[in-house]
Amino acid sequence: MSPEQLLTWIPLVPLLAAFGVVAARANPDLREGVSIGAGVILFLLVAGLAATINWEAPPTLVIATPVVGVSLALTPEPLGMLFALVASLLWPITTVYAVGYMRAHHEQNQTRFYTAFAVSIAAAMCIALAGNMLTLFVFYEVLSISTYPLVTHAGTDKAKRAGRVYLGLLMGTSIGFMLLAMVWTWSLTGTLDFKPGGVFNDEVSGGVLGVLLLLYVFGTGKAALMPFHRWLPAAMVAPTPVSALLHAVAVVKAGVFTVLKVSVYIFGLDRIEQMLIAEWLVALAALTIVLASTIALRQDNFKARLAYSTVSQLSYITMGALLGVAAGAIGGGLHIAMHAFGKITLFFCAGAVLVTAHKAKISELDGIGRRMPWTMGAFTIGAVSMIGAPPFAGFVSKWYLLSGALQTEQMIAVAALIISTLLNAAYFMPIVYAAFFKPEDDGHGPATHGEAPLPIVLALGTTALLTILIFFFPGIPLSLVQQMVGG
Amino acid sequence: MTLWDHLPVLVVIIPLMAGPLCVLTEHPRAAWIVALAAAWLSFAAAVVLAAQVSDTGTISYHLGGWEPPWGIEYRIDTLGSYVLLIVTAIPALVLVAAKESVVHEIPESLIARFYGAFMLAFAGLAGIVATGDAFNVFVFLEISSLSSYALISMGRDRRALTASFEYLVMGTIGATFILIGIGFLYMMTGTLNMQDLAERLPAVLETRAVRAGFAFLTVGIGLKLAMFPLHLWLPNAYAYAPSAVTAFLAATATKVAVYALLRFLFDVFGFEFALRDMPLDHILMILGLAGILTASLVAVFQEDIKRMLAYSSVAQIGYMVLGISLASTTGVIAATLHVFNHALMKGVLFLALGAVVYRIGGVTLRDFAGLGRRMPWTMASIVLGGLSLIGVPPTVGFITKWYLLLGTLEQGLWPVAILVLIGSLLALLYVWKLVEAAYFEPVPEGAATVREAPWSMLLPIWLLVGANIYFGMHTEVTVGLATQAANELMGLRP
Repeated sequence: MSPEQLLTWIPLVPLLAAFGVVAARANPDLREGVSIGAGVILFLLVAGLAATINWEAPPTLVIATPVVGVSLALTPEPLGMLFALVASLLWPITTVYAVGYMRAHHEQNQTRFYTAFAVSIAAAMCIALAGNMLTLFVFYEVLSISTYPLVTHAGTDKAKRAGRVYLGLLMGTSIGFMLLAMVWTWSLTGTLDFKPGGVFNDEVSGGVLGVLLLLYVFGTGKAALMPFHRWLPAAMVAPTPVSALLHAVAVVKAGVFTVLKVSVYIFGLDRIEQMLIAEWLVALAALTIVLASTIALRQDNFKARLAYSTVSQLSYITMGALLGVAAGAIGGGLHIAMHAFGKITLFFCAGAVLVTAHKAKISELDGIGRRMPWTMGAFTIGAVSMIGAPPFAGFVSKWYLLSGALQTEQMIAVAALIISTLLNAAYFMPIVYAAFFKPEDDGHGPATHGEAPLPIVLALGTTALLTILIFFFPGIPLSLVQQMVGG
Repeated sequence: MTLWDHLPVLVVIIPLMAGPLCVLTEHPRAAWIVALAAAWLSFAAAVVLAAQVSDTGTISYHLGGWEPPWGIEYRIDTLGSYVLLIVTAIPALVLVAAKESVVHEIPESLIARFYGAFMLAFAGLAGIVATGDAFNVFVFLEISSLSSYALISMGRDRRALTASFEYLVMGTIGATFILIGIGFLYMMTGTLNMQDLAERLPAVLETRAVRAGFAFLTVGIGLKLAMFPLHLWLPNAYAYAPSAVTAFLAATATKVAVYALLRFLFDVFGFEFALRDMPLDHILMILGLAGILTASLVAVFQEDIKRMLAYSSVAQIGYMVLGISLASTTGVIAATLHVFNHALMKGVLFLALGAVVYRIGGVTLRDFAGLGRRMPWTMASIVLGGLSLIGVPPTVGFITKWYLLLGTLEQGLWPVAILVLIGSLLALLYVWKLVEAAYFEPVPEGAATVREAPWSMLLPIWLLVGANIYFGMHTEVTVGLATQAANELMGLRP
């Protein structure tokens, strides 16, 4: 297939899968088969596009032209390609996991679940491949809305309240800030295209640029920069596959991806480096990293601890983007991929423990590693990768981030990276220790469960393996992000 | 002259003749068929007219062959043809859905007369748009107003009677003001033809009589428009009218008033005088913003969903007024676009409410409990219509917001832009109250089993939902027409 055809099919495949899921609702095996099959096809399409694309003349797909002068268009770009690769690779794996999880957990409304999931993936693909800011914004909103039924899946009062926080913060910031920033950019420059080096000329005053940067960064609620991070812990009420793929990969990465795109292609790294406001935002990101890690330390709920860890890790990427140097942007871009594999593994493990041992609290995990060796083994790999130790994925991106921070002499960023590494170890390692070395004692007599269901173990084993592989073979992500900064 | 040349008048005459015919049939079914056929014929005429206007430019039709300014002229320009499309398309769709809901809500003996009044209101609205004569505007306004008073009073709830009476009092004051205003203009210029007025007015603009006439006209139209703070009649009228009437009036009547405002401010007086010399731009901007914010806020606290959406309409009118107040091409584009876009979204929402009334019998928040499961298609259409109301892409609501924001930022009015966005977020609040009730509340104990609405209701609803999304992505037609209309109004020829 030609790149143009591949580009057309990439958003269509998950969308068709959504219809397929509804059509096959009477037969659960067929229904999940559709999802997994579509996932595999989607990954092959994205990989095919990544392999055959000519970056000098990327293909473009114009969907529509909603306002004069700006179209809804898909144009692949290196960073987006990386995001699309990660998300499409993890979708079929998550679906395999979901089959085990949703059935073991006896969840209701599974057809709605898989449908909304497929639509969310389609939106994520369109965000990744968005050819201009308007397209990105449109599908950013579609993603917020299509994930709402997933967050509120349980239908309880708690889920309803979480849904309010989720949609309120995400749409409040995007409509209140990002839309304003976008229209303002358009009225200043007459373009919303992503241009290397930025779209603003020197006539735009520094003050206006500063306000615009603030609007863009805070308008991207999905990047979970404090004080707009509350939606992410709230979204943990969703079934674990959703937390794993959407709230560790697709949705949150769409947020930091937007921040990176805005810094690199709307403002340009050189301009960012000279902006005072960017330094403040770097400080805010540093604060978010440390604060969120500290909060994670105090969470006993397994998924809540992971959620705050995500808040903290996302700010690595925001910080990398706002440092305004190539190394920072490369580190941020790489972290999109690196964090994805590690964090999805951790969520898979949390879900596996929940459905197998019915335990949602960290204090109950003593000795569980002996009953669920595969699960907790994978957890260990994910945790070490989060901390950023070699030979796991997290090390590579942290290396670049640190060198970017040193290069710009922003010591607050350097300090945040070092402190958070310690904090990461402090909130992940006790779990590993308790699981493998503490004696089993939950006060209810000896537990009877064994390892998690096979689909779950397969999925989390695969992602753990990927976490290691990507450390030894970082070539593909690295070459893509270097392409982004023109190196 | 062939039949094609008579289209400007046929658009009005067809529904006008259908009105009495409906009453004469004295049979519910026959009256419905007559009304439906007339509405679709009139819509077809409007489509052909729009094509003619875009091909050959403004059409001037001389009633009875009398030359203007002595005879009455019907004048269809881009703006007119655009608004005519809305004014004829909405009743054509509403009438499809009305068949079931009218049988359900109106006593059988009244149905034929109901359709008669409906078609008269339709004819009046189409007439306001088609005519080029100021006095004719008043006449058609009264035709449409008097018949809408009757239509509203046919609501099942007895409060419909007081609502109708309130509207009658306010509407009559408005119409009288308009008549006085036109009288002043006639006194000073000796003409009633709008083109002629526009030519003669500049010479006498500085007189007190013209200025008084201008004030009377603006306030009078503001009353019909339900411009804040002249909107008090609207919530009750919309809430207690029969469902089909609410859908029809909400999507067309206020739009026609916006049209009349645009016509008088920009064409007859000229925007230099209307919005700059008379400081109406500031007044309209403040009133528009106040309308957006207060009405949205009031909507958040409504328990009756029809009232909630009625207040939302007042807020949406605020957006149109705000667009006009910018007195720029982009602002007028935003206002005219919203005339069309708002008709699409409110059409969906009020028709869907009609379907809920048809099945459940009421539309308070409590009636919506668990409706997401019981009437999935109806509720899905309400969610999509609501998203359009909020301005979420890719719906038409987003397109309006885009041009409105662009218009404000062009003039550096960023505080206004922020207030517009706050209005959007308030819309999110009230729409989501509805979503939570429908999808999270359990079905009340002992509630009767409810089926999905009949297809004759779902079909027009989903046609409009489709239009909400289609015109949110493909705006060549709507933005193209709005831009051309704005250029004509601003006195720029492309």
